Formats: sequence, structure tokens, C-alpha cells
Amino acid sequence: MATAKGKALDRKKLMADPIMITTIVLLITFLTLFILYPLAMLLVDSFVGEGSALTLDNFKRIFKLPTFNTAISNTMKIGFTVGIFSTLIGLLFAYVEVYLKMNRVTGGLFRVVSLLPVVSPPFVLSLSMIMLFGKAGIITRHLLGIYDNSVYGFWGIVIVQTLTFFPVCYMMLKGLLKNIDPSLEEAARDMGASRWRVFMNVTLPLLLPGLGNAFLVTFIESIADFANPMIIGGSYDTLATTIYLQITGAYDKAGAASMAVVLLAITLLMFAVQKYYLEAKTAATLTGKASRARMLIEDKSVKIPLTIFCTVVAAFVILMYACVPVGAFFPTWGRKFFPLTTKWFNLVFTRYKGFKAFGDSFMLSLIAAPITALLSMIISYLVVKRNFRGKGFIEAVSMLAMAVPGTVLGVGYIRGFSGGVFHTGFLQGLYGTGLILIIVFVVRSLPTGTRSGISALRQIDKSIEESAYDMGADSFRVFTTVTLPLIKDSFLSGLVTAFVRSITAISAIILLVTPEFLLITVQINEFAEKGEYSLACAFATLLILITYGAVLLMNLVMKYFGTSRKIKEDR
Amino acid sequence: MEKQKKGVRLEHISKIYQDPKTGKDFYAVHDTTLEIEPGSFVTLLGPSGCGKTTTLRMIAGFESPDEGEIYLGEEPINELTPNKRDTAMVFQSYALLPHYNVFDNVAYGLKLRKVPKDEIKQRVMHILDLVELTGMEARMTNQLSGGQQQRVALARALVIEPSVLLFDEPLSNLDAKLRVSMRTEIRRIQQEVGITAIYVTHDQSEAMALSDQIIIMNKGVVAQMGTPQEIYYHPVDRFVADFIGEANFLEGNYLGEQDGVASVKMDSGEVFRVAPRQGMHAGDRCTAVLRPEAAMLSDEGGIPCKVELSCFMGSYQNYHVRVGNTLVKLEEHNPQNKRIYRVGETCSLVFDPMSVHLL
Repeated sequence: MATAKGKALDRKKLMADPIMITTIVLLITFLTLFILYPLAMLLVDSFVGEGSALTLDNFKRIFKLPTFNTAISNTMKIGFTVGIFSTLIGLLFAYVEVYLKMNRVTGGLFRVVSLLPVVSPPFVLSLSMIMLFGKAGIITRHLLGIYDNSVYGFWGIVIVQTLTFFPVCYMMLKGLLKNIDPSLEEAARDMGASRWRVFMNVTLPLLLPGLGNAFLVTFIESIADFANPMIIGGSYDTLATTIYLQITGAYDKAGAASMAVVLLAITLLMFAVQKYYLEAKTAATLTGKASRARMLIEDKSVKIPLTIFCTVVAAFVILMYACVPVGAFFPTWGRKFFPLTTKWFNLVFTRYKGFKAFGDSFMLSLIAAPITALLSMIISYLVVKRNFRGKGFIEAVSMLAMAVPGTVLGVGYIRGFSGGVFHTGFLQGLYGTGLILIIVFVVRSLPTGTRSGISALRQIDKSIEESAYDMGADSFRVFTTVTLPLIKDSFLSGLVTAFVRSITAISAIILLVTPEFLLITVQINEFAEKGEYSLACAFATLLILITYGAVLLMNLVMKYFGTSRKIKEDR
Repeated sequence: MEKQKKGVRLEHISKIYQDPKTGKDFYAVHDTTLEIEPGSFVTLLGPSGCGKTTTLRMIAGFESPDEGEIYLGEEPINELTPNKRDTAMVFQSYALLPHYNVFDNVAYGLKLRKVPKDEIKQRVMHILDLVELTGMEARMTNQLSGGQQQRVALARALVIEPSVLLFDEPLSNLDAKLRVSMRTEIRRIQQEVGITAIYVTHDQSEAMALSDQIIIMNKGVVAQMGTPQEIYYHPVDRFVADFIGEANFLEGNYLGEQDGVASVKMDSGEVFRVAPRQGMHAGDRCTAVLRPEAAMLSDEGGIPCKVELSCFMGSYQNYHVRVGNTLVKLEEHNPQNKRIYRVGETCSLVFDPMSVHLL
């Protein structure tokens, strides 16, 4: 059977729409140039030797480096441990929220815990870990009188990463638990199963793919994490930090490229398993919505221990986050706590060019955010609502960016753009400018925005856009007058998420930033490295204020201008 | 609307889809040729998956045919995108723009056509009057009932004065009573405007009530096209007979024709007197189609049968009777004035031979 004619007609119809074609071409160019090409350059670099012959020399060399082998095993160990801990704690939190009757205090703590990782820079917990439990830590030294406690190394990273990533698992699993039809569990209970058996025989099997999913997402986040191992790892190096040191310390770009390829291979593999195997399975076991509200468990033997555990963890997390802004007001961290002082903030703005740092970070993120938000909405629109060749490519590449660790992308950009595209000098002007930093911000936030855009668009009846198209609107008009107004909320939250992610980003940026730009995150990292925790805290506090302000602003704007939610609810 | 009416012509249209499970290609619509007269109301009717919606969407331009050519009037429109086609569609889910009010929804198409403001206002008001929504202009669409939303959708399609109006199961989201009144409304408006309308539905009573012509589709091909009466009384095959209305099928051998009445020897042994059919010869296998309302029970004088179910349904008495080894369903209307037969009774099945159609 020949479908050729239908396809040819579809193509012709597409060609009759120049704005659409231009958008697609520009988008494909952007994705190819700034995601695929740098990664391809890493492959080229690591597989091509001195001459131009294909060789495995680079890999042979790095695998002989003891530091690299240790880094691999360290990374995997941490990834597994953090993945398991985060999933378990996330599951407990989700279970408590969905199944137990909670009082308002616990509910409030839970909400704060789910919001904190979103608004805080990635290494805040590492800072507070050192401040609370380090050699001069408040808890270890001043409360317990332990003078030689070391938080650096494996357990330091594991604790910090677990506390950073478990809220993600919690949010994911909460959604899944809510989708379990309560009558399944009630049926088992009715036939005589105890609560524990119901959990083991019904809830857990249904949730299993989701747990695997949560584990892998955390695993990927953990091994891609740069900032925490950098600050709290001490001599315990992970792949991300080793790659960074290979470039900044050993000036071995080819070696770093090969290492980046190894790290990328690991994350891509995990990502593929997560995306194509587990996500499909989750969708297959948990379809549709719960048929009605669940009878909450009020049994004290279940409720009390679980609630206490989660409340303690939540309070601890909040304490950790609170430690940073509070710490910024202590005169000398670890020795003198009173009277509280603002001298560190003064220093930030006087001696350490605080205004420039904030200005630079703010400006670059402010430019990147709308570009990211708009781009991800366009991609979502094309992926969900349109049919054309190259659509699979656009979807795959923008999702691929999710699996690329920042460090890998950073190395890719160095190799790909420092000498111009393909070392020809083309676009060489880009390297070292603010523009390339903006592009990195965009690429790093694109997958999150696209994912939320896609799920928002999937909820909108396809025929609404078709009707506008049928009435005579071209693609551009359909997008601007129908699609965008309907996903305004998603667009706004994408805008803020992109801004927050950009202003708190460090892993890729730290490799690409030039002295011309002072970025807050890079400053925090520097001061933390030097042991100047008070300054690091002062910078971090201001950063948290900015990001929290942005989130508040978004909620406010959504409340007054976000009509699309109202429409959805009224229907 | 002094616009010239246009018909629609499909020539050997096919659409191929891939089965998502098996990955195999199949024809959603296969080699379909249709001629829709200007100004007529035509319904595409069939079970789900028969290709009726695909056909409609090809006419609207949302899908591209893999074979054949579609004409609007004399103009081939295969290569035109939906926004360039002179058609307007009324969607099953209404598909109103939720962020616009009623007026802006109806005015949307006119604004895109850059019609001057005064004229937009005048035309929108005129159409809203036609669909009896005057005074609702400022309402948001979610403040309207389902029936009102459907009227807005209809107004929006009518106001741009398309050559052809397309309906994709527009009433299936409404409750039963509203469905009946809306279909009368749609028919009234279509005749008032005199526009060509193509209507997709799986509801046969809707098709009967609305259409000048019904096109029955099955498995991607046209099974029969004709007026509602032709389709009901003279179905071309068992599928059509079964799909439209209720039907009893009785198989037998053709005996011959005498004085304009044919007779068939049923497999159960009885001889039925039925309407003759051209081209039938004695000895041919044939199937008699007997509509439940076309026969009734009597004490004597017909074909002997035994009552197996007798059930009062309000406007009619529902019977299942056994003729030989075939079960025949009957509907005796207005049962109040008639003798009711009980289960187990033996009686007689009588009918006018001319109301039994042979396949």
C-alpha cells in the first residue's frame, strides 16, 4: 500500500506555512548546534588520537589513571546509595501524605520540604552540613563536644545528596500513589489482609516500576551532581569533579573529553532504561484516576511512628536550609556567634563586587528565562499538536539534554566552541561571551520546561486548535491566539523555573565562565573552597532571596493573570 | 448569503493508517467515490472505525488522502491546508476557545479574514440571532450549557459563510432530549441558509431525521448511499439492514414470482410470501428481511409460531416468537387495544408481503 501520496500532501501543506517551516528549521539547527554537536565533538576528541586515526588510546590512558578508576567506583557507590535512600524516604513521605491523616503542622512542613530544593542553589546543604557537623560545627563541636568529626567524603555526599534529591522522589511517588484506585486496597482488606499485607501485596507491586523510576532519576541526578561533591567531597572525588580537575588542574582536554564520554554513557544508559522501560511500565500499571477518595488511615500504630519519622526528617531538612541564612549573620563561624552582624553582607557588596556578581547572574538568567520558556512551549506545541518529519528528532534531542550532566556539556562546549565550530573558527566569537553562558542556561533548563509544556498541552483537547485552524488561522496565529493563552500557567512557571535553574546553575557554567563575568554560584563555590563559609553563606542567602522572590512573584502573577487554570476548573 | 452553493466530490479516495499494535498498514478508507449535491444534507453513518470521521477530516483537510482527489465544487483541494479551505467544521467536543467569550468565539474567523469591525459586529449578531443566542454575547463559554455551546460552535462555523459545513458527531455529548431538539434546529438552520452539509454520526435516528441522503460506511468502504427511505426499506446487504433499525433475517430458497408476489421456502419449512426481487431465480439462496414493526400476531391466518417472550415496553409490546427454529423479534405498536399473547401460546404471524425485502 502506498502512503506516499498522503505524506507528500502533508509535506506540501507544511510548506505552505512558511513561519512553521522556519521555526522547525531554526529549532533543529539550534538543537543540533548546541546539544548534539558538542557531544559529538567529545566523541571525536576521545576517539581520535594525535594524527587523525581512530584510536582507543585516550580511553586506555584514562583507565590507567588510578584517580579515574576510583572516581568511577566512588560515583557508582554514591549513586546507588543516594538512589536507594532517596527513594525510600520519598516513598515514606508520599505514603504519609496520601494515606495518613496529617495535622496541619506536618502538612506545612511537607510543603516547605517539597519547595525548598526548587528555590535553593545546589550546594546549600553541603554548606550547612559543614557548618553543623564539621570540625567547627555547631552540633558536633559546640553541642556534643566532638572536635575531630569529619563530614567530608562518602557519607557527607550521601547525606547531602539524599536530602537534596528525596523531595523529587516524594513528589513523583505522591502522584503515583494518588492514582492507585482505593477499591483495590479495600478489596484486599475486605478479604482479610492486614495493612502490612495490603501494602506488600497490592500497593508495593503496583508502585514497583514507579520506585525503579524514582531510583534511576535520583541516580542520574546524583552522578551528574557537581557542586556537592566539590564542596563536601574532600579528597573523595566523583566523575564530575574529576573531569573538572582534569581540565582546570591537569589541562588535559582530551582526557577530560574521554572521561566525559564515560560519564555520559552511564547517564544515557540509565536514562534510556528509565524513559523507555520503566516509564512505560508505570503508565501500564497505574492508569487513570482513582475512582473516589481514599479512607485515610487513623490507626495509631501506623500513624504515629511514620508521622514522627517524616516530621523529624522534614524538620532536619528545614534546619539545614535555615542554617545558611542564619550562619551569614554570625561574626565568626564556629567560634563567635554573637552579636549577630551584617559585616559579611557588607563585605560581599564592598570588597567582593557583590553588585556586579548579582547583576551578571541576574541579567544572564533574566535573558535566558524567557528564551527557554518560549522555546520549550514551541517544542511542546510541535511535539504534541503537529505532525512532521523531524518531530521525533526534536523531541529526542530536547529530552536527551536531560540526561547530559552539566560537566559533560561544559567540556563539550569547550571542545566544540573554543576554536569555533569544528575548529574552523566559525562562530569563534561566541566562546567566552555572555551569549554562550545564556545558551548553556537555555539548554540546561529546556528539558524541564518542555516536559511541563508537553503535559500541559496533552490536557488540551486537540480539536480546539483544529477549530482555529479550520476557521482560517495559520500555525503562527493558532499558536499565539489559542495555544499560548491556554497554557499560560505552564508558560509562567516554565519562565520562573528556567530563571531559578539558571541563576543557581554551576556545573556547566564553571567550566565556561570567563573573568569578565562574575556569577554568584561560582563565587559561593570559590569561597566555600577557601573555607570562607560566612561569605559563601552571605552570597547564598542573597541568592535564595532572589529565587524565592521570583517564585512568590510567579504565584502572584498566576493568581491575577493565570486564567487558564480557572477555565480548566470550571469545566 | 448569496454565495454560490458548492458540492463535494470524492474520487477514489483512500487513507492508510498503521495499526499501532501490529505495525501493519490498513485502509481506514478504501477507494471511496462520492458525489455530494450542492445544498444537500448528507450523513455519513456507520459503526465506530468505519472510516466516516476520517473521510470528513480529509474533506476538512486535517488528513491527507493517500489515493484519489477531493473536489470542492470543481476545484481540486487536496493540496490546500484546512485554513485555506472553504469549509467549516462543528466539532464533537464543540472546541470553543475557552479564553474568549461568545462574541469573540464567533467573530474569530471573521477577524482572521480582516472583515471590518462594523461588519463583524453586524454579521455576528445576525448569526447569534439565527441560533437563538441573542443576549449571550458577553458570556464566557464555560457559563453556557452544552446545547448553548453547540449553538456557538454552529454559529462560528456559519458566520464565515463556508461553501460546506462539516459536522463531526456534534450532538453525541448532549443528553437524549436535547439531542432531539438540537437536530431539528440544525436541520432548520441548514435549510434556512441553504448550505451544503456533511454530517458524521453513528446514531441512525439522527441520520434519518436530518438527511437528504445517507451514506452507510463499513470497514472503510461505502456500503450504500440513498435516501433514508431507500436505506431503510431496501438495504443492499445484511450489514445495512442490520445497522439501520432492527431486522429479522430468515434464510431460505427462492421459489418464484406470481402476480407481483414472490415466495420463498424458508429453511424452517414454511413458505413466506414476500416482495419480489429482480434477478432472482427459482432455487437461489436468499435472505428475507422482516422489520419487527412490519408483522403482527394473530390467532390464525398466517405462519404458525410460538411466543417465547412477551414484554410491555410502553409504546409497544415486544415479542420474541419462534418460527420453525428461527427466533423472530416483533414490535406491536399501540398494544392497549390489542390482544396480548402470553409466553408459551401458539399463534400466527401475519405481515404484508410487500414489506418483506429480499437480499
